Amino acid sequence: MDMQIDVEIRKEAAVIRVGGELDLREADAFRRVLEGVLADGCVKHLVLNLEGLAYIDSSGLGVILGRYRALHRRGGRISLVGLRPQVRRIMELSGILRIMPEFGDEAAALATGV
Amino acid sequence: MAIKNEMKLEFPSRPENVGLARVTVAAFATQLDYTLADLEEIKVAVSEAVTNAIVHGYGGGPEGTVTICAYLHDDALEILVEDRGRGIDDVSRALEPGYSTDPERPGLGFVFMQSFMDRLEVDSAPGRGTRVAMYKLLSRPEQ
Repeated sequence: MDMQIDVEIRKEAAVIRVGGELDLREADAFRRVLEGVLADGCVKHLVLNLEGLAYIDSSGLGVILGRYRALHRRGGRISLVGLRPQVRRIMELSGILRIMPEFGDEAAALATGV
Repeated sequence: MAIKNEMKLEFPSRPENVGLARVTVAAFATQLDYTLADLEEIKVAVSEAVTNAIVHGYGGGPEGTVTICAYLHDDALEILVEDRGRGIDDVSRALEPGYSTDPERPGLGFVFMQSFMDRLEVDSAPGRGTRVAMYKLLSRPEQ
């Protein structure tokens, strides 16, 4: 299954909705989308809505961690929404859930600001 | 351990074949009574081994060949993932969590393989390629 991705910019925050499967095949495309969103420097808060994401492995996690480091350097952050059990398990094991907060929905994530 | 069934899959080292590999092996594994969570773990482990073969074994190029053999035993699945690429200089270092030669890759591939499978063996030599052997036991409900 291919990856589907939808981007919504809201001032300093961007909501990225990702669906499908995120592995080596899709990692470059995913990276290009995130880098495009972060390119102008205005966006400081990425909300990753992974409700539709059925699969992720280290290739997808690497892209998220790489953007986290870049955002962190400029005072920004990444929030996570809609993790399915298998995706959450991978995120837990990778340590990502220790550095990125998880929220019940997009509104809750956006309400926290930057 | 008697082999009940076996399969072999060979494909070019293209990223689009990572999904094919994990889905094929997981479908084969359904011949044993694995839980859905077990099948998800098998998918991740296969995906990571094949990704390593493509990215590290063949440097991301599509000219290599990745071979997967899988064997069903009475109470376990054995999976071999092989490439004939660059090989690994120091296997024990590559197995360390977080070890990576690429800043865009978090060094989690072997962590997931070790966490999700019951046994992992890595046989590699520079210039000769890498063979990853993984075993997933069938956990039985307590009597």
